[in-house]
Amino acid sequence: MSGKYRPPRMLQVARFRYGSIFQISRSLLLWLRSSNVLISLTRLNFRKRLSTQKGVGQSFSWLLASLSGFLIPSRVFADWEVNMTEGVTAVSKSIYDLHMAIFIICVVIGIVVFGVMFYSILMHRKSRGVKPHPFHESTLVEILWTTIPFLILVGMAIPATKTLIDIYDTDEAEIDIKITGYQWKWQYEYLGEEVSFFSNLKTPSEQIYNIRSKDPNYLLEVDEPLVLPTGKKVRFLVTAADVIHSWWVPAFAVKRDAIPGFINEAWTKIDRPGIYRGQCAELCGKDHGFMPIVVDVRTPEDYATWLNEKKEAAAKERELTSKDWTMAELMERGKKTYERVCAACHQVNGAGMPPIFPALKGSKMAIEKDQIKAHIDIVVNGKKGTAMQAFAAQLSEVDIAAVITYERNAWGNNTGDLITPKQILEYKQTGQYLSNEEHKAADTESSGKSPVDSQTTVNKPTLNPHQAGL
Amino acid sequence: MTAVTDTTNGKSNEHHDHHGPAKGLMRWVLTTNHKDIGTMYLWFSFIMFLTGGAMAMVIRAELFQPGMQIVDPGFFNQMTTMHGLIMVFGAVMPAFVGLANWMIPLMIGAPDMALPRMNNWSFWILPFAAVMLVSTLFMEGGGPNFGWTFYAPLSTTYAPPSTTFFIFAIHMLGISSIMGAINIIATILNLRAPGMTMMKMPLFVWTWLITAYLLIAVMPVLAGAVTMMLMDIHFGTSFFNAGGGGDPVLFQHIFWFFGHPEVYIMILPSFGIVSAILPTFARKPLFGYTSMVYATASIAFLSFIVWAHHMFTVGIPLVGELFFMYATLLIAVPTGVKVFNWVTTMFRGAMTFETPMLFSIAFVVLFTIGGFSGLMLAIAPADFQYHDTYFVVAHFHYVLVPGAIFAIFAAVYYWLPKWTGHMYDETLGKTHFWMSFIGMNLTFFPMHFVGLAGMPRRIPDYALQFADFNMIASMGGFMFGTTQLLFLFIVIKCIRGGEKAKDESWEGAEGLEWSLPSPMPYHTFTTPPDVK
Repeated sequence: MSGKYRPPRMLQVARFRYGSIFQISRSLLLWLRSSNVLISLTRLNFRKRLSTQKGVGQSFSWLLASLSGFLIPSRVFADWEVNMTEGVTAVSKSIYDLHMAIFIICVVIGIVVFGVMFYSILMHRKSRGVKPHPFHESTLVEILWTTIPFLILVGMAIPATKTLIDIYDTDEAEIDIKITGYQWKWQYEYLGEEVSFFSNLKTPSEQIYNIRSKDPNYLLEVDEPLVLPTGKKVRFLVTAADVIHSWWVPAFAVKRDAIPGFINEAWTKIDRPGIYRGQCAELCGKDHGFMPIVVDVRTPEDYATWLNEKKEAAAKERELTSKDWTMAELMERGKKTYERVCAACHQVNGAGMPPIFPALKGSKMAIEKDQIKAHIDIVVNGKKGTAMQAFAAQLSEVDIAAVITYERNAWGNNTGDLITPKQILEYKQTGQYLSNEEHKAADTESSGKSPVDSQTTVNKPTLNPHQAGL
Repeated sequence: MTAVTDTTNGKSNEHHDHHGPAKGLMRWVLTTNHKDIGTMYLWFSFIMFLTGGAMAMVIRAELFQPGMQIVDPGFFNQMTTMHGLIMVFGAVMPAFVGLANWMIPLMIGAPDMALPRMNNWSFWILPFAAVMLVSTLFMEGGGPNFGWTFYAPLSTTYAPPSTTFFIFAIHMLGISSIMGAINIIATILNLRAPGMTMMKMPLFVWTWLITAYLLIAVMPVLAGAVTMMLMDIHFGTSFFNAGGGGDPVLFQHIFWFFGHPEVYIMILPSFGIVSAILPTFARKPLFGYTSMVYATASIAFLSFIVWAHHMFTVGIPLVGELFFMYATLLIAVPTGVKVFNWVTTMFRGAMTFETPMLFSIAFVVLFTIGGFSGLMLAIAPADFQYHDTYFVVAHFHYVLVPGAIFAIFAAVYYWLPKWTGHMYDETLGKTHFWMSFIGMNLTFFPMHFVGLAGMPRRIPDYALQFADFNMIASMGGFMFGTTQLLFLFIVIKCIRGGEKAKDESWEGAEGLEWSLPSPMPYHTFTTPPDVK
């Protein structure tokens, strides 16, 4: 079924035929959108907006542009993507073929069934003076329309089975990537390479809340994409740390649920370099819509270069732990890390969303001196049974120290407490927290020997039981 | 519908001491009359329909444009969850039970339901369950926000505190459904009039009999699932927590073992309704009655062995994927038989197009389109691209809105003259149909496109390439939503007055219910009719 015909061409024909209808309705919509009707209404200042010259002028120019759209047939339908992507892997292409085959079967059956039906509606109406023919049984027809669909289904099931067997063949992979879903970000670990990082939504909240205009890749951009080479079989080991997520990149036709406590396998082999975008496909809580996936596919040479750079950068990051940090430096870094990692739940202003996401502003834990250890503990190890994750592996010691320092000094929590990366490392290794004063005392006692040996400072992400949801 | 008055019993003159309906509020609280209870079910489901619909309006308003404008993402999730739960458990299922209460005794020549007191109770549980469910929205931490499928651990470890109330509401709704189902089975099997053999029963009775068995089989499974959730949340068990030796995927297996028959629970009675209406307005008998009965039974059987097609991406083994793909494809065969039978029933008839007929024809066309997308979704490899996108949202709204809702509208218009004794306003009815038809297609057809283009479902905000189709869908949604107020107006107008309905309100109508006077007396068939 899927061997002979060329689906893309068929689609072009469809676009040519229906292009003008699309154009007309699209122009109407663009005009409606440009006139800012809804945005104005929702901001309750539409009277002001309507009265400004700019708004009216803008609408008018849009109207002109839209009218010209009526007349000039357009061959580009960037905004009107109506079909599944063919993708850039052998699997995605065979899935696309299956999709088009079953779609065409449905269209043909639909034409026959609805054809008979509309013929009857037109011809066999009482107003035309026809008499009903009270036939109501025919074993022959019943047998025919049971067996013919059955045979069509068998014909459809055979290629589908072949593709499915292919999808399940994860053997002989050249690269293994462990993907872990978190509320609401992805972690990528290059197994055997000691490279690991988190990938967060990059779209600023000003764009989401309509304060600034939206970039072309709105909601589909991340701070650090997954980088993969072309032409190599990549195996994904997909899991989650909290709730179920689903890792989906349409261009690879890879969609696998990430289930806490279990590991799912999937694979891909990408033909072309490029940037490919996807989203989490399983409802995973509040910010399910805000955890995109971006894959940056490069040639094998570029990939190798990137991997080496990444390894060097990771080594440098580890060295930062032993550096002496000032309050200002920690606050600056802490603010950035907080807004990237913590603000989704605890909010930028620290007010949280009680009772699920408690406030940090004015909270006991973030202001009282004897709570510093508890504060470090909850960030490092998380709190079991709640949405608070363990950040030990997600963030470097520097970031954890910076965030805690920031939380203890921002929004009027002016405690003056400064938590250093060394203290975090110490806490991770020994479970002990010593304040700076206690440190100084201990240091003089042990003749200035540093408790932290930077050589043993390994920031390699390890899966601890809290994170795996175990 | 409330205008049932105490007129002389058309069929029996033996019991002259018949009492009419009691007066005042207590008539409705204490009633054991199947017509009163059916009326209450229908009004309840309509209120729930508007409530769930209002939530859909919130969803569509937020999705009108990219960016967050009206609600925050947490509340958006509560809206999608409650919309689904209310529409499934509050609107569609009670509406069908209401129609069953009204029509099954009349269609089989029974004086009432077999278990009238239980009938009263199974209705009166519903409002309390619904109030409990909706009240979660006002609790600290908000209402259920994990989707109507409430996958663990999002619905256990990570759920808001109100989840316990949600669990009890589901329990109560389940108890109500099971009691309703028991009642329907007991009525159909025991109270048929002499001569009314099984293979003479109208298809609405047949489909409801099979639906009732589905309900009894799967509602306890749902009750088990939510009870396990309750244990995980409050009593330290780990059914769905891998850390304690459980399995989050177990939840999905249990849920969909309930969930897939559940979707047939919401469609089989529609098949019965349409099989009653099409022959009436085509003025010829239903084509292939026997094959219709067998097709319904096959669909019901197959519905138990296809559940994991909702879970093609959770990582079930290859053999499992293949089994569930083949079984799912098989469902297309009996479903196809039904559609072909309906089309053939219309073929060479003498059709007129009153509102019930319009809704029924739209049912056949749009349900078939939903069936096509269902066939596409059944192809497991392709489902890796379709799963959890708007393509799925388009699919199940195409089978549920025209499938269940349109069939319910058709049924109400079809039997309203019988219930009230008045004809409804045909012009308004047709307006209601066309507005609903256009609105529904505007809303859900573009969802196929955005889904194929890669828009995941259950997201409060989306990438820019999905903007135009979402705006169209929202406008269609507002149109469909507001149109339903017109339906309310039409029904009230019909109850209050209108052209007097004949006993046989439609020219080609067949069946015992049309042998009774319009409006229906309070008690009917106290002496069983003779069925030839």
